[in-house]
Amino acid sequence: MSRDELTIVLVYPDALGTYGDRGNALAVRHRALGHGMSCRIVEVGLRDAIPRSGDVYLLGGGEDASMLVAWEHLRHDRGLPAAVEAGAACFAVCAGYQLLAERFADQSGTGRPGLGVLDVRCGRLPGPRAVGEVLAEPLGMPGIGFLTGFENHQGDASLGPAARPLGTLDVGVGNGDRKSEGAVQGRVVGTYLHGPALVRNSGLADRLLESVAGPLAPYDDDRVERLREERRRAALGGRRRVSPRQAA
Amino acid sequence: MVTFLSGKASFTRSMAGDGLRPSLRVALGRVLGRAAADLSRRTGRGSGGVIDGRVLLALAPSAAQELSCGREIVLVSGTNGKTTTTAFLAAMLRSTGPVVSNEDGANTPAGLVHALAQRPAPQRVVLETDEAWVPWTLQETGAATTVLLNLSRDQLHRHHEVAALSATWAAALEDVNHAVANADDPAVVHAATSAARQTWVAAGAAWTGDLVTCPRCGREFHLEGVQWWCTCGLRRPEPDWWLEDDYLVSRGARVPLEVALPGRASRANAAMAIASAVDLGVPPEEAAAALQGIRSVGGRFQVFEHEGRHVRLLLAKNPAGWVEALDVVGPSQCPLVLAFNSAGVDGRDPSWLYDVPFEKVADRPLVVTGSRATDMEVRLEMEELGDVLRAPSVIAALDLLPAGDVYVVANYTAFQDARKELDSVS
Repeated sequence: MSRDELTIVLVYPDALGTYGDRGNALAVRHRALGHGMSCRIVEVGLRDAIPRSGDVYLLGGGEDASMLVAWEHLRHDRGLPAAVEAGAACFAVCAGYQLLAERFADQSGTGRPGLGVLDVRCGRLPGPRAVGEVLAEPLGMPGIGFLTGFENHQGDASLGPAARPLGTLDVGVGNGDRKSEGAVQGRVVGTYLHGPALVRNSGLADRLLESVAGPLAPYDDDRVERLREERRRAALGGRRRVSPRQAA
Repeated sequence: MVTFLSGKASFTRSMAGDGLRPSLRVALGRVLGRAAADLSRRTGRGSGGVIDGRVLLALAPSAAQELSCGREIVLVSGTNGKTTTTAFLAAMLRSTGPVVSNEDGANTPAGLVHALAQRPAPQRVVLETDEAWVPWTLQETGAATTVLLNLSRDQLHRHHEVAALSATWAAALEDVNHAVANADDPAVVHAATSAARQTWVAAGAAWTGDLVTCPRCGREFHLEGVQWWCTCGLRRPEPDWWLEDDYLVSRGARVPLEVALPGRASRANAAMAIASAVDLGVPPEEAAAALQGIRSVGGRFQVFEHEGRHVRLLLAKNPAGWVEALDVVGPSQCPLVLAFNSAGVDGRDPSWLYDVPFEKVADRPLVVTGSRATDMEVRLEMEELGDVLRAPSVIAALDLLPAGDVYVVANYTAFQDARKELDSVS
């Protein structure tokens, strides 16, 4: 499938945008431009209807209260599951990841139904918040290189049979089992690599683009490669404690 | 005019210890603290204020309580503008008598205790306080007046959430007599409402990224113009002080706001300081006049000359601070040096750079430097600003630029480094 102009839909940046999540829209646009595609970003606020005809949907992280406000709007709008059903790609971070799950836990630990786009159940990490650099090897995505990011969350994730992990962890807490990070199901990716994760992981941004636009022309980005290498070294230089769950 | 004295501190805790009277412990701590500070200065490790406070607190954990007893203490806190507002307010209060303050910006317990231990020990103390240490400082010093400027996302690996910090402040302010607070910041208003009395200042808020949900109940906020409200009842209070053109106005006063420091945020900080000073007995005109001689605070906005470059140094350490810095920089084509680190107080995660509207710095020469210069370079690239230079230091960055005006915008440790570098060559 090839499009004249790709539409990136940034979902509720007002509520789901705590950690510079808008950077993911810029990263997808930057990669698309680099590959010679034209591209536009549509920002959808809480009071707007989510368009169903976009190509790549992005959800960011949010504080506990903003996440629940976003959840109310997403449940009533239903535009996001409809767009995914119609073949759009979706990349969701932290609170966004949890909202796409079958179930997630709110601040008090009470389980709530998510959008059910991912066969994942999210709870809360029993120990301290997971904060720090993350390094992971992607699963089933040859050629995209390592995954690098920063996490800052209290959530975990258990994957059902329809989803597979985004990667296996070298450094970090990820889904809470010390082994896996994130989830992939079809064209939908959820992750605890927070904020502008696609900036640092341009290969992953390309996979999202490829899934809706077909094969891409080559595009090397030396600056981003330099950043990736700096962050990989930083993650390996400051290996962190074991995850709270494993320590327990 | 009622003056509230602090001094709810009790000494029972430290007296239960080893039998050494608390005042002796403080006296001993003072002597040893000064010796440690002296050593620190002589070995070139710093001004010695923090080490002095640490020694004092280690020997006398209740030092802050004791040293606050019977004094009139004003606490100043917020995500941005603490140091500037503290400097403004201290200058205004000095028109009525001596004041001590931690104007060096050391705003956690060691720095606060160091300021309280200064000799001579004037009655009035203005304490810039780190957001996370507001409850401790109120508990220990019994500060009667608290000046609350703003709360926005900053160092999220440490503070995590604005709403959580607002709730912590609200609980801590229950014993406070008077809050001078920004009526335009819901997280501040929620906290200040706990105090016995409030003075509301319409100081504005350039950053609205954290205004989606109510800090009190978590419901979705309603925004209309400058007004904001929630169905739980939290709403923008009627301001006691507001800006009209170049004047700061209250029901009983109208004073020209002539601030030598540039930018919207400097005017907001000045408004907060004047409202506080007037409540503490300074005539409004005198308070306003004290602003005029302040041309830089702890290096913020300081101007340096370097081989034909006229350099102005700005501090921006979070998205809200950057929005204010961009207001100062303006739409001109003046070159920018962006110095960016991630050491200690800077926060380890620079994701927030993507909350800053860097598209506004297009069409001008840009140079990046600092330990996280690559993050900044990539951030600018994502705005399709690829023509960015890189330098190993601020001076090397300036050398890449033509003679004339240059702004250097830096986050905290990069700002300190830049200041030292510029001081050494100017």
